[in-house]
Amino acid sequence: METQELDKNRINRLFREKGNDLLSVYYTAGFPGPEDTMEIARLLEEAGADIIEIGMPFSDPVADGPTIQASNNQALKNGMSIARLLSGLRNMREQISLPVILMGYINPVLQYGVEKFCSECEQAGVDGLILPDLPMAEYLQEYKQIFDNHGLKNVFLITPQTSEERIRQIDDNTDGFIYMVSSAATTGAKKGFSDEQLEYFERIRSMQLQNPLLIGFGISDHSTYSKANEYARGAIIGSAFIRLLSETEDKERDIKKFIKEIKGRS
Amino acid sequence: MSYLVDEKGYYGAFGGAYIPEMLYPNVEELRQNYLSIMESEEFQEEFRQLLRDYVGRPTPLFEAQRLSEKYGARIFLKREDLCHTGAHKVNNTVGQILMAQRLGKKKIIAETGAGQHGVATATVCALMGMECIVYMGEIDMERQRPNVERMKILGAQVVPATSGSKTLKDATNEAMRHWINNPSDTHYIIGSVVGPHPYPDMVARFQAVISEEIRWQLEKQTGSQAPDYVVACVGGGSNAAGAYYHYLEDPEVKLIAVEAGGLGVDSGKSAATTRLGRSGVLHGSKTLLMQTEDGQVTEPYSISAGLDYPGIGPMHAHLFTSGRGEFLDVTDEDAMKAGIELSRLEGIIPAIESAHAFAVLDRLSLERDDVVVINLSGRGDKDLETYIKWGKY
Ligand SMILES: Cc1ncc(COP(=O)(O)O)c(C=O)c1O
Repeated sequence: METQELDKNRINRLFREKGNDLLSVYYTAGFPGPEDTMEIARLLEEAGADIIEIGMPFSDPVADGPTIQASNNQALKNGMSIARLLSGLRNMREQISLPVILMGYINPVLQYGVEKFCSECEQAGVDGLILPDLPMAEYLQEYKQIFDNHGLKNVFLITPQTSEERIRQIDDNTDGFIYMVSSAATTGAKKGFSDEQLEYFERIRSMQLQNPLLIGFGISDHSTYSKANEYARGAIIGSAFIRLLSETEDKERDIKKFIKEIKGRS
Repeated sequence: MSYLVDEKGYYGAFGGAYIPEMLYPNVEELRQNYLSIMESEEFQEEFRQLLRDYVGRPTPLFEAQRLSEKYGARIFLKREDLCHTGAHKVNNTVGQILMAQRLGKKKIIAETGAGQHGVATATVCALMGMECIVYMGEIDMERQRPNVERMKILGAQVVPATSGSKTLKDATNEAMRHWINNPSDTHYIIGSVVGPHPYPDMVARFQAVISEEIRWQLEKQTGSQAPDYVVACVGGGSNAAGAYYHYLEDPEVKLIAVEAGGLGVDSGKSAATTRLGRSGVLHGSKTLLMQTEDGQVTEPYSISAGLDYPGIGPMHAHLFTSGRGEFLDVTDEDAMKAGIELSRLEGIIPAIESAHAFAVLDRLSLERDDVVVINLSGRGDKDLETYIKWGKY
């Protein structure tokens, strides 16, 4: 009974059914072109990504580095908004089956209306939300019930500075996965992990959390991806993919190639 | 009703700490420690001594005779313009650098709009021998050039913020990003009563020295600690918070907050947040915010860099919605005229931010024996170029 309940959500199903080396890919809705969002999702699924994270652009993305900032700006210039995104995702489930997570800052969601937003997410077949500036206390008090009612998993972030006590608290209050931020940093692709980062990965792994972990921020290539996968169920790639999107002239070819190279399959 | 922060970090419906997890440990460390540090005798002693011997406090409360005559009331100026570095901002930076030291931090970052907070931060960093990086919007760097040079002379590194409107909001974004990337040894000295809890409360407490002094100074000069009006300009709201602080619970004292109307509230070029904004989340707190229907923060505009911000501190959002404070807005033009008028009547060239506060005097329907305290938050040296460009004197 309980297993069935859990498996209704595609995130839970993924972690139950698939093994390791999961790849979650982030991109910004409405970038590079206003109508690219669904097409990119389809291509990612075809190319072998495991989770799709769609960013909802915001004017002031304080947790993001230059690459994602620029994609947010471009998307806003292209006229992207929550209303437009959700209406574009309405028939999503006829086209893709991967878990889909929307990621963004809290203000546009607040203005849209939390209940309306969550209900339309559910209708579209969205599985989870990442709202980095929604504090845990606020979430538990005012949002959790709404998210739960609409079958949406709230994904929390942890960082190298997050205390063990708080990590346990986060682990107790979510049942999707935990987003492990690889270093004290804004988003952005970097080269390789330091020993300090690997120690942090090891420290968290040894906590034996109930929730699966995905490592994100600073994953840019096969080597960082596979290193992350030694410590977690998978990795999240964002800025490196955004860069590809801003450069490519053939999305289908280049997204396939990109995913293949990251996953290291030949 | 209380107008101070509650134990959850809210002022009524406003406040809180809407920050990404990357900032949580730093903000939480501050939240857990700020009150006990601030209230310790040792801290108070050093803070008070620096305010006296370094900042030059108490600042005078000056009865402006000619201005009083013109507007038909007893008008007193709280001379924050006479603080070291030229504005009230230094009250907060002295407090926060002492706080940073006690939290074991080695480096300081700050955002600045007019450059007054940047200068005040660079100043205390020089005093304490701490490394200082100040983020400043590219546009503000142009219109407040003397302050950029002052910061550099003081040894600070000034980093231009080139995103968005290239003003205070964007400088704040960049400072927050810097903090995310440098979490362990750095303290972020926020320059107004904005940001995640406990910043608005901490900054208000440091600035509260303004109204603490007004009370006894006014009593000496008028026999009463309480004026009829306290008037202050509001960018983020720190000078206003300081001037109101000890009068919040005294409903007899009318609190007048003056926002920057820019080219006019309906012109699309304005920073009058209470007129144009609604509840939203920016820079870590829920507050009144200028934004599109979709929740994208809109670019504010004001001739004065220090008021050119799309939000106000959560305390002021609460003062506004509860009706405790009366919020007025003043156009660029009226502010400039008021600045020239103060210069001519009292021999004081105010900062253009502060000039906004003077421009509402003729709207207050004052009586002869009304006592009005205007917080003269800063001096106009930094604004000479703007005065010159405006030219009508
Ligand atoms: C002289 C002066 N007054 C007022 C302000 C506005 O800030 P606040 O509203 O926090 O007092 C500034 C900001 O730079 C300033 O320099």
